[in-house]
Amino acid sequence: MTTAFDANQVQPPKPWYRRGDVLTVLIAFALGYAFLLFGVDESTRFRTRLNPDPDLTFDWMYFWHMVPLMWRGLLATVKATVYGFTIAIFLGLVFALLRRSKLRPVSWPTAFVIEFIRSTPILVQLYFLHALIRTWDWYSPATITILAIGLGIHYATYCSEAYRAGINSVDKGQWEASTALNLGPVSKWTKVILPQAIPNVLPALGNYLVAAMKDAPLGIAVNATGILFFANAIRGGDFRAVEPYMLMGVGFLIASLPAAWLVRRLERKITYERT
Amino acid sequence: MSAPDTTPYTGTNGNGAAGVRMRGVNKAFGTNTVLRELDLDVDPGERVVIIGPSGSGKTTILRVIMTLERPDSGTIEVGGRQLYHQPAGDGLKPASEKHIRSVRSDIGMVFQHFNLFPHMTALENIMLAPVKVHGQSKEEARTNAFELLDKVGLAHAANQTPGQLSGGQKQRVAIARSLATKPKIMLFDEVTSALDPELVGEVLNVLRDIAEEGKTTMMLVTHEMGFAREVADRLVMFDHGQVLESGPPADVLDNPREARTQEFLGAVREH
Ligand SMILES: Nc1ncnc2c1ncn2[C@@H]1O[C@H](COP(=O)(O)OP(=O)(O)OP(=O)(O)O)[C@@H](O)[C@H]1O
Ligand SMILES: [Mg+2]
Repeated sequence: MTTAFDANQVQPPKPWYRRGDVLTVLIAFALGYAFLLFGVDESTRFRTRLNPDPDLTFDWMYFWHMVPLMWRGLLATVKATVYGFTIAIFLGLVFALLRRSKLRPVSWPTAFVIEFIRSTPILVQLYFLHALIRTWDWYSPATITILAIGLGIHYATYCSEAYRAGINSVDKGQWEASTALNLGPVSKWTKVILPQAIPNVLPALGNYLVAAMKDAPLGIAVNATGILFFANAIRGGDFRAVEPYMLMGVGFLIASLPAAWLVRRLERKITYERT
Repeated sequence: MSAPDTTPYTGTNGNGAAGVRMRGVNKAFGTNTVLRELDLDVDPGERVVIIGPSGSGKTTILRVIMTLERPDSGTIEVGGRQLYHQPAGDGLKPASEKHIRSVRSDIGMVFQHFNLFPHMTALENIMLAPVKVHGQSKEEARTNAFELLDKVGLAHAANQTPGQLSGGQKQRVAIARSLATKPKIMLFDEVTSALDPELVGEVLNVLRDIAEEGKTTMMLVTHEMGFAREVADRLVMFDHGQVLESGPPADVLDNPREARTQEFLGAVREH
C-alpha cells in the first residue's frame, strides 16, 4: 500500500527494564531485600532496662521504652514473611506448572502434595519442619530461616492455585495463536501466557502476602525470634503482658498498612494499564 | 466426491507454496462426527474457498491442518510431508511433537477473533515468532515487521497495542503477524465475520494482495461470496463433514449441481 514510513521515525517503546517507574520499584525492592538480609538482628535477647511501674496497669514510659525491642522483633518477622513469600511465589509457579503437566505421573503427585499441604495447619507443618531439620547435621538454619521455609512451602500451595486460576483466565485464542505461530513451550509461557496471567494473579498474591504476614507469629513454634517471641520474652522477664502485646498490635499495623496500600496501588495500576 | 489419488500434486511449487492432501480424515467431538472420511486436495499455490452451512465442519478442517485439533484417523500431507505421521520402516507411525512442529512451521492461520497478543504492540506481535521461532535478529525482524505493517497499511500503528486498534486494523495486524513467518500455506477462518460491515473491505483488500502475490497457498472459509468469486481458483461446498461439490467459483455459484448447494446459496443470498 501507499503510506511512506521511516522505521526510525516511530520510536519503539522503552523496554521494561529502562522504564523509570519500573526501575524505581525494582531498586526499592532490592534495597529492601538487602536491608532485611543484612540489617536484621536475629538474637534472642529481648530484655528491658526499665522496670514497669507495678501500680499502673498500663505504663506509658515502659511502653515507649520497648519500642526498639519490638521493632527488632518486627523486622525479624517481616524478614521471614518476605523471604518466605519470595519462596512461595516461585515454588507456587513451579507447582502450578507441574500440576498442569500432561504426564500423569507428574501432575497427580503434585496435585496430591498441594492438597495435602493446603489442608493441614501451618502450625503443625512448622513443628514438623523444625523437627525434621533438627535431624540433619548438614544444615542448621536460623529459626527465622526455618519459619521462612515453612511459610514459603505452605503459601506456595495457595499461590499455585492462584496461578492456576490466572492461567485458566487467559483466552483460549492466545494458546491457539501461539500454536499457529509455532512458538515453543518456553516462548509460549514466558512471552504470551504468563505476562497475561500474572496481572490477574497479583491481587490474590497480594492478599496471600498479608495473610502470610499474619501467620508469621506462628513461627513461635520453631522459636523464631520474631515479634511474638519478643512479647513472650518480655512477659517472661518482667511479668508484664499488656504493654508488649499492645505494642505487638501496633507493630503489625505498621507493617501491614503499607503492604495493603502497595497491593491496592498495584491493582489499580494494573487495571489502568490494561485498559 | 473425492479427488482421485492421481491428481497432479507436488509438495511445493516454484514459489514455495505448499499443497495439502487429506485422506480419510475423521474427526468427532463425542458422538458428533464432524469430518467423515474426508478426502481433500489443495494444489500448491491454489486459492480454495470453503463454503457451507454452519456446523458443517469448515472451521474444523482448518483447525485440523493447523494442529489445533487432532484428527481421529486419516492422514494429512502438507508440502509433501506427513503432518501427523512419520515414516517408520515401510509404513507410518504417529509423529513426534518435534516432527509436527517442523511441518507446522509451513502453516499459518488467521482467526475470526484475531487472537492478537493484547500485551504487545502491533510491531511486537509481528516480531515475536520470527525472533523466537525462526531465529531472526531483532533488527531484521523489526525491519520486516515494519514492511509488513506498511503492506497492510498500518505503518503508523506500529507502536499501538491491539486495544487501541479497530477490528479491521486488528485483523490486518493479525494477517501481517501470520505472514511474518512466511508460511507456505495460509488458513483464514471467517476473518471478516467479526468485523463491522464498513471494515470488511480493508481486510479483503489485504487478502487480495496476498492472493495476487501468489507466494502462498490459501484456504479461506468465508461467507463473502463476491470475494470468493473474485479470488478463488476453486470453491468447495462442504456439508456434514464431506465435500459436497467443488469447482471453479462461477460454476458452483451459478450452476450448483447439488440441491443442498442451491439451498445454501439461496439462504446466503437472501440476507
Ligand atoms: N471443541 C469442540 N468441542 C465439541 N464440539 C465441537 C468443537 N468444535 C466444534 N464442535 C462442533 O463441531 C461441529 C462443526 O464445527 P465447525 O466449527 O467446524 O463448523 P463450521 O462449519 O465452522 O460452522 P460455522 O459456520 O458456524 O463456523 C459443530 O457442530 C460444533 O458444535
Ligand atoms: Mg466456523
